[in-house]
Amino acid sequence: MSVAAARHVLPGFRLGMGYTILYLSLIVLLPLAAMVFKSTELTAAQFWAIASGERALASLRITFGASLLAAMINAVFGVLTAWVLVRYPFPGKRFVDALVDLPFALPTAVAGITLATLYAGNGWIGRYLEPLGVKVAFTPLGIVVALTFIGLPFVVRTLQPVIEDIEPELEEAAATLGATRWQTFARVLFPAMLPALLTGFTLALSRAIGEYGSVIFIAGNMPLISEITPLLIVSKLEQYDVAGATALAVVMLVISFVLLLAVNGLQWRLANSRRAGARA
Amino acid sequence: MLRSCRPLFAAIALAGTFAAVPQMASADVTLLNASYDVARDFYKDYNPLFQKYWKAKTGESVEVKQSHGGSSKQVRAVADGLEADVVTMNQSPDVDFLAEKGLVARDYTKKFPNNASPYTSTMVFIVRRGNPKGIHDWSDLGRSGIQVILPHPKTSGNGRYSYLGAWGYALRQPGGNDKTALEFVGRVLKNAPLFAAGGRDATTTFMQRKLGDVLVSFESEAELIAREFGRGEFEVVYPSQSILAEFPVAIVDRVVDKKGTRRQAQAYLDYLWSKEGQENAAQNYQRPRDPEVLKKYAAQFPAIRTFTVDEVFGSWSKAFAAHFRDGGSFDQIYQVK
Repeated sequence: MSVAAARHVLPGFRLGMGYTILYLSLIVLLPLAAMVFKSTELTAAQFWAIASGERALASLRITFGASLLAAMINAVFGVLTAWVLVRYPFPGKRFVDALVDLPFALPTAVAGITLATLYAGNGWIGRYLEPLGVKVAFTPLGIVVALTFIGLPFVVRTLQPVIEDIEPELEEAAATLGATRWQTFARVLFPAMLPALLTGFTLALSRAIGEYGSVIFIAGNMPLISEITPLLIVSKLEQYDVAGATALAVVMLVISFVLLLAVNGLQWRLANSRRAGARA
Repeated sequence: MLRSCRPLFAAIALAGTFAAVPQMASADVTLLNASYDVARDFYKDYNPLFQKYWKAKTGESVEVKQSHGGSSKQVRAVADGLEADVVTMNQSPDVDFLAEKGLVARDYTKKFPNNASPYTSTMVFIVRRGNPKGIHDWSDLGRSGIQVILPHPKTSGNGRYSYLGAWGYALRQPGGNDKTALEFVGRVLKNAPLFAAGGRDATTTFMQRKLGDVLVSFESEAELIAREFGRGEFEVVYPSQSILAEFPVAIVDRVVDKKGTRRQAQAYLDYLWSKEGQENAAQNYQRPRDPEVLKKYAAQFPAIRTFTVDEVFGSWSKAFAAHFRDGGSFDQIYQVK
């Protein structure tokens, strides 16, 4: 077993690794390094003043809060959508399946304007929500709606292949062993889906944090209430304050990195405990 | 191996021919005009006028390419190496930025008449039909119970002009000073249920989503709204006085010197002040500088008392520093007490 693992079937580990590192450096590391470097034009005190300003903090709260909420909503409804798309045959299934990808393809500004029009007080959806006292467009809730929209495909698309691999026999076996429907879901199906779900959640979350185009059209952009951090970055650029903009970007980057690291750590622990469980 | 390469050579040769074709057919000189977003229609009409004029005068055919985008993004592109011969912007801070970088003459406002702005516009109010809330002047925008729609003053030129218009109005009232102006503009902004992403987004919000009682926008935008949404849907209200929006143009020295296109670039901008150029401005609902042309289109441009940014705020860069930079008056309004 260990011999097979050490000897790769395909040669070229060094070359492959070399290319990987070069590629990652050019595409990811170099721009990020340039950004961090640019922010060093500021003194530590200036950097801190920008990062801890009232509006910056409020925008970070709303950006990360709305992104987390949207990713969670997508985690729940993404599982449902993926499950239905894989397991149940129904007319127009291909069509619905293709629909899931649309948020990927649509220019984000178009998505933002469309959502704002739908959820505005006189929009198709907004007109029914407004009398109930629920305002969506031009409130923080609108930000969550936009971020949910753009994040959905990530969860569905990462889950679909995994659900396809879960054989229906597993459910039947669980049932013959006396598991209730809930137990079958919670003890058999969900653990199998969890790693992919976490991946999809992470992707949706990262996409939401950086989203600008769709959000600004529905957010209302009020300082301290519905201003997202990317908007503050753009408004700094409008003042030709590139260093200040990069300072905010670096703060976002660090928080995102910590978040992603935490999710990856969770995944890693999950994989380890399953391996341990399998051995036992 | 050799045989398999042949289609590749053929493809490269073919691509080469195609690439060469447009070059052969192209004009004697090509100018690139980097401009702001909504000037698209203006220059679409203006460029053929200039081409005809220049051809008749010199026999040279000039091709003018346009690049449009948010004005500060455009300017940054020019600073980063976009080879624009001329820039035609909607606010001087953008051209100032190029002047600081040494791409444009420091005294660019003196290189052409009228502060280098071939036409102007002003901020007006657009209200619902019949003006149900009785909005007649800036002071009404600060009344309680009025919803004001405007774009974000920190990210859009349109929003900045609206903001400075309100500020200048308050300042020019009897007993007006920076404190009363700050208080007044604060009240106006409290009446804003949202800040639109840009000028056009504000228009959509007001006209299509029917949000707000009054939209603050450029006079020229009112005509576009009429074409888009119908004339009966709204009314234009001219306040007692308003801010004069200037649209500076400049030659990008570094580019024209390198390309050898200074003569054509100069003529291209000069021609904006010709009768034809001024008529074109009026037809695009920008106020012409030429008094005769302005008179001819007087029905379109009601007389209004205006103040310039320089008159009230000293200069654009001072206005910018005092109001829109971090810690400026806009930020003070939104500071948590």
